[in-house]
Parts: sequence; structure tokens; C-alpha cells
Amino acid sequence: MTVAADSLAERMRSIVGAGNVLSSPSDLLVYECDGFTIEKNKPDVVVFPNSTADIVAIVKACGELGVPFVPRGAGTSLAGGCLPVGGGVMIALTRMKRILEVNYRDRYAVIEPGVVNLWLTNHLKPQGFHFAPDPSSQGACTIGGNIATNSGGPHTLKYGVTVNHVLGVELVLPDGQVVRSGGPTEDNPGYDLTGVIVGSEGTFGVAAKAWVRITRNPEAYRTLLGVFETVDDATNTISDIIGAGIIPGALEMLDSLILEAVEAAFHFGFPLDAGAVLIMEVDGLDAGLDQDAERIVEIARKNKAREVRKANTEAERLLLWKSRKQAFGAVGRLAPSYCTQDGVVPRTKLPEVLRAIQRIGAKYNLRIANVFHAGDGNIHPILLFDERDAEQVKRVLAASNEILDECIRLGGSVTGEHGIGVEKIDFMPKLFAPEDLAMMMRLRSAFNPDDRCSPHKMLPTAGACIERSHAGRHAAM
Amino acid sequence: MSQTTADAVRTALPMAPAKNDAGIDYELFLDCVHCGLCTSACPTYVELGDENDSPRGRIYLMRAVTDGRIELDESVQKHLDLCLDCRACESACPSGVQYGKLIEPFRIHMEKTGTKPDNLSWLQKFLLYRFTPYAGRMRLALAPARFAQWTGLDTLMRKLGMYHLMPKSLRQMHEMLPPLKAHYGTMPDVWPAEGKRRARVALFTGCAADAFFPETNLATALVLQKNGCDVWIPRKQGCCGALHYHAALDQPAKDFARANCETFFPDGGEIDAIIVNAAGCGAMLKDYGHLFHGAPEEEVAAKFAHKVKDISEFLMEIGPIKPTHPLKLKAAYHDACHLCHGQQIRKQPRQLLEMIPELQLVPLNESEICCGAAGSYNLTQPEMAERLGERKAKNVLDTGADAVLSGNVGCLIQLGRYLREKKPELLIAHPIDALWASYSGDRL
Repeated sequence: MTVAADSLAERMRSIVGAGNVLSSPSDLLVYECDGFTIEKNKPDVVVFPNSTADIVAIVKACGELGVPFVPRGAGTSLAGGCLPVGGGVMIALTRMKRILEVNYRDRYAVIEPGVVNLWLTNHLKPQGFHFAPDPSSQGACTIGGNIATNSGGPHTLKYGVTVNHVLGVELVLPDGQVVRSGGPTEDNPGYDLTGVIVGSEGTFGVAAKAWVRITRNPEAYRTLLGVFETVDDATNTISDIIGAGIIPGALEMLDSLILEAVEAAFHFGFPLDAGAVLIMEVDGLDAGLDQDAERIVEIARKNKAREVRKANTEAERLLLWKSRKQAFGAVGRLAPSYCTQDGVVPRTKLPEVLRAIQRIGAKYNLRIANVFHAGDGNIHPILLFDERDAEQVKRVLAASNEILDECIRLGGSVTGEHGIGVEKIDFMPKLFAPEDLAMMMRLRSAFNPDDRCSPHKMLPTAGACIERSHAGRHAAM
Repeated sequence: MSQTTADAVRTALPMAPAKNDAGIDYELFLDCVHCGLCTSACPTYVELGDENDSPRGRIYLMRAVTDGRIELDESVQKHLDLCLDCRACESACPSGVQYGKLIEPFRIHMEKTGTKPDNLSWLQKFLLYRFTPYAGRMRLALAPARFAQWTGLDTLMRKLGMYHLMPKSLRQMHEMLPPLKAHYGTMPDVWPAEGKRRARVALFTGCAADAFFPETNLATALVLQKNGCDVWIPRKQGCCGALHYHAALDQPAKDFARANCETFFPDGGEIDAIIVNAAGCGAMLKDYGHLFHGAPEEEVAAKFAHKVKDISEFLMEIGPIKPTHPLKLKAAYHDACHLCHGQQIRKQPRQLLEMIPELQLVPLNESEICCGAAGSYNLTQPEMAERLGERKAKNVLDTGADAVLSGNVGCLIQLGRYLREKKPELLIAHPIDALWASYSGDRL
């Protein structure tokens, strides 16, 4: 079913006004991709709703005209989550960015989907609170997008992912009905709809409002830097720390190649001849933290750590974290292009998967750097290359595939936090049995029966993605 | 494009020649990995939420024009013109994209191909490019305004609505005027250091800044002297060229730069630093090397640029003398874009202010979001300048501060314009004004 783009734009203008619709070819161009740039497609119209009622009217009009639509936040997806695969209407939620209510005593906030993750934390800062999910893109990504992808971050290990921090969602269904799951209180009876909506990658409808948990800032931190001769020693340390019953706020690993880049960018004083370093942070009540830190030092020493340093000042701690959070960007110093992969393995399999990555890198003659959330087994190998060399691009794709296959083989999965989007859709049949996929499809149909909301995302559907020769696999090109 | 497509289209990555019409090094486009982390740092994106008005979107548009994927039409130009050139995106970018080196040559290209729409009236252009960059002419031009303010005629005319008789373009400029203080007249060429000499510096006094806020130049010279510096004020110095350069007039900008290199560097290397107190000028002076990239002047210009220091940067390097007179103020500090993004100077002005007894520095939300002044932006894009001015004013008022301090002329003018009426008792000043008040015991 097709509709002339002009009349589609006209219809949208009648709903939200001309100032909230983009339809000229040059205005639409920048919406053809998000953080995943391998595949591109322009929407026919971009609409900026300002309220739940606007969203309702927009999706109803799409229903009448039989056009697909896709919601978009800041467009930082690394898996093509915002790609308008079938064209149609893109619902940009960036003008719905109000913090509607903050209740410190009941510890929740009500926000619109376009609120940037860090804005909420900045808003809460004077009262000593924050929003716990902290993906590396937190300065730009929207909470609506966090809900869609169930975002994680370095502090996921202790504090949980987005789903643990969303109490309720107001969702506009593709037929225009508004349903509300959850709300400010905990433990609602009935099915946990919030649980299935979070992480549905925009395939169930458009979130128009959310009740999110706010978290008190820890009283104190102890941040340690462990230096190891080999990656194995570092990963064994990780398993031993968790095994000892310590839950660090964060546990991050950087290998020697990434150290080279980070040191060039931030001059922290990382040892360049080390095999790997671990950033280990414990937080909570001040009393007891020193004991935890000492136990961590002991465990690291037992695993042949060359040295364990402690961040002595807040400035040192912040520089250490800056080095970690901006590590991806610093990689730009090593090569003109890079591809950040996202996979998960059981923690104890980390040494094995890292050896496999090394082997795959050698096989395809590629340099691969590793920096990742070690505590929960979420790896981020970064493949270095030059995007202008088509042959190198091919090798990067093949190597990425092999790495992800290896993650599956070791009992893990192909994404820890970036989502499936369009990028990894071909992996779904490898990860799940046909029955499992069919169950997911039935759940999707309950929300989105005509598949006009974010079509061809997350689940492989007949006629759409099957003929594609391959799914591109470059996150963050 | 009239139909919705059935499947995603794969677009090959374009391979363009290394150089192109706009003279942009194509490699600079490739530094952008399209992650989008810059978007929420961009004031125009924060206001409008349109990807076309974000840094990532603008880079995408410039690259698409360069690759021939789209025409440089009016809509594309509108998005590029709306950029404040505040460089907040450069601070936010983890990949080190040099956005300024993309947008500025591209704007010059738009200017040269005659496709750039004219946002300024002839009168505004005349005043902006023929008066503002010349301190002397500017003082003369402002004399009637100062007279009017001093005699109360200004208030009377405002009340009677007389200013509405002025042409709109002139009225816009008049509305921006801060309260003008008496000019200090002529400073001596050389001010000897107080006490043991620690450095020999030259002071860049600027053009418009000296006419609008003469007291700040005076305070800067006195503060330097107090901190053991011989201060040399070259008579023949001129405008830094930023006003022209940001308006895509690169030739006059280069002429100013050449003249300044000659004035400050007659024999080279005798002075320890060239001190500047205006963020916009400082960023431009530090960029002289890049301005002459590949030209014969490059070496001298780069040497010049290397000596340039913002006053706060320099004082923190040599270790400032502690001020003693208390200033009982609750003060907010607004980061001028060309200090925090352009020169990565954030700590030093705050450290100076924190040294002042009884001055309490309070955090200002969105202190690094542009106030909308941005050179001549408030004339070329009045609507967005106003939105950002109001946004900044609200954030300042929310702090409950008695004073707002910022290290740039344009910001001080803009802050005054949007705050003077809302909170008449609010002090709006340069951090160096506050520092000198604390050294001298004079009123701020």
C-alpha cells in the first residue's frame, strides 16, 4: 500500500502544524541513519509531536493511510534501531522533553520520552540523586531510547539495567489506544507489561511518558586500577572478585591496544607495557569500603597483578572514568574507522572469548582493541580499519560475524546493550529456536498486529529481511 | 520521492576527492563516526530538536553537498547559518572532530558562491565591519549613547517610545547597549611591575570591548601589574579579525592578523605572553597559525599564537597573589563558549573567583550552553539569539545569585540585555573586574 508523500506530509501538518513536520528531501536526508551507518533509508516525513494526543492522532492517521511509522529519540542507536526500513513516518520525540514531576520521598520521576538521560541526572544532582542506567552515550541518548533498548552501562553490574529502573510506561499502541502499565508504586498485580515493553525496540508502540526510579548517590567510592601482565590474569581476577561475594559498582577492562589510545588522549599515566588493566570501583556507605578495597587488592595480587593503584583524589577518579568512557573516541587516533562490537559471554568464559578474538584478528589481519564491562561478561571488541578500503570492510564484517558466533557457541548472546535493530537480525534464528521466535512474534502481534510500527526490526519476518544478502555489522562506524 | 519503499536501500560510502570546492580537507569529514554524542551539547539542537540543526546533522549536510548528493539550497543554508559556531560540539566529541575547520571554510565557500542569504542591513554591516573593529571609531560612535545614558535622556526617550523612530536595524543594535562607563582615556605604553618582576607581557586590548567595557582593560592591566608583570600596551594594535572571519570575510580577517603579528612581534620573543581578556578574541588570536595554514606567514603567526594566553589561564600559571578585600556576593559563572570550548579554559576563572574572600560561587545549570550572543549572531539570527538569551536568563535567575560573571564582551552584553530588566540589582561583570575589586577594595 502506498501513499503519496506529499499528501502524507499535508495530513501530518494538519495534526501538528507546519513547524513540526519535515518533508523536503534535504531535510529528510539526515534522518536516513542513526549511529549505525551501513544501511540507510530516508523516511517520507518526519513529525515532531508535542503531546500524547499528538502521537495518538499521528498513529491513527498512519493507520488510515496504511503507512508504517518508527519512533526516534536522539538517533544514537548502534544497531539501526531508528532506521525507517519501510519509509513512512518517523516520529521524532525530541520535542517531548519535559521532566513532569520529581518525587524524592517516593523516589520516582515522571518524564517525557525525549528527556536526555544525563539531563535527568543533572536535574536530580542538587538533591543527591541520579538516574542509574549510564550508557556511554548518556550525554546524548534519550530515556525513551533507553526504554526501547533496555540500555546498560558500566554501573549495570551493581545497579541493574533500564528495566530495573522503569516503574511504568504510558504507551500509544499502533491503533491509537493509550495503555498504561505500572506507575509510581511498586509491585502491581497482573502481567508485568512494563517488563515486556522495556527492550521491545519500538516494536510495540510509542512510549509517551514514563515513571522512572531515582537512586540516591553513593556516600563514597574507592576506585582502584589493577595492572596485569596478561589478559588472562585480569579476567581471572574479575571472576574471583565476584566469586568472593563482592559486588563492585563497576568492573571494566582495557587491553594494551586501547591503553595506547587512551594514554595518548588523556595522559593518565597508564603503563603501556601491561597486558591489561582493570578499573575496579566499590561504592556505598563509607564504612566497610576500605575492607572491600583491601580484599580486591588481595585478589588481584593473588592473580599476579603487577601493581594495584588507588585513585587518591576525586579529580584522579574522574580522569580515570573519563579515560574509560571516552575510550571509543580515543580509538580514532589508531585508525580512520572502527567498528564497535557488542557481545555477551558467561563471565568465566571471558579468557576463552578473548583468545578467540585474538585468533580471529590474526586470521583476518585486523587490529582489534578490547575495552568492556568485564563484570557482566559484556565484551566490546573494537575492530580497526579504513572504511574507504572495500576489501578491509569485508574482512571486518566477516571477523565480526565470527566473534559473535563464538559468543553464541560459548553460551552467550550477540548483544549486551546495543540491541538487535536491523544490524543483528540474522542472528536471531541462531540464538532462538523457531518456537521461541514464534512466541515472541505472537507477543508482538498482541501489541502491533499489522506490523506497521517499526517493521522489520528485531524479529526476522517473511519477505523483509530474508533476501538481504547480509546484515551490516558495524556499530559506530 | 513519492512512494514509501519496500526495503532499506544500501547506500555506498561515497569516495570524494581529497580537496573540493569549499577547500575542506575531506579527511576532516571522515573523523565523524556519526555517534551523535554532540547533539545534546548543541544549543540550537537543544532548542529545536531537529537533527538538521545539530552538529552531526550539519556535518552530514556539508558532506552531502560536497559529495553532490544534495544541492546547496536555501533550506540547507538556513541550517548551516543557524550554527552559532560555539564549538560545544568539539568539547562533546570523543572522536576529536574539528567542527570549526569544517563550518568556517564552508561558510566562506557559501559567501563566495554568492548563495548565502543576506541577514544584515547595509547599515548594520557598515557599523559592524567599519566601526566595531576600530576602538577609536567605536568610542566616538558610542559617545552620544553614553551622553544620553549619563543625562537620563536615554530613559526618557525609551519611555516616550522615541527609539521607535530609529530604523529597525539601528534599533536592534541600540537595544543591546550595556550601561557605558567613562573611558579611562589613554593608558601609558608600559606599566612597570609592582615588586619583583615575574614576567613581561603585552596586553591585547581589543576593539569593541575597549569601547563597551573600558574598565575591564584597565582592571586587567592593574591586576597584571600587581602580580609582578611589566605590562606593555602596543599602541598600534587592532581588532583580532574574529568578527570578519566568523562572517566569512577571510581577507579583512587576515589583514588584521598580519598587522597584529607585526605590532606585537617586531623582533620576536622578547615578551613572555600576549594577554587577552575577551574569550572571542583569545580564541581567534590562538588560531592565527591555522588561519595562514600553508601560507608564508604561517610560521610567524603560529609563533604569535603560541604566546597568547587568556588572563585567567596566565594568572593561574604564574600563581596569583591572594586578593584581600572581601566581596560579599553570591556569584554565578557563565562559561563563554570561546573560553570553555574554544580554549578549554574552565577551571582557571573559577579558581580566581574562589580566591576572593566571602565570594560564594554557585553552580549555574547549563553554564556551557551558549547565551546566544556569538559575535554578530544576535543581529543575523535574532530569533534564536533571543530564545537562547531567555534560556540563559532563566538559568541565572534560578541560582538566586547577586552577580553573574563571564569572560567575554559579547556574553556580558547579551546577559545584560536579557537580565537587566528582570533583576536590575544583578551585577554583570568580567571575573577580572571582581578580582581587581578585591585587590583594590574599590566597589565592583
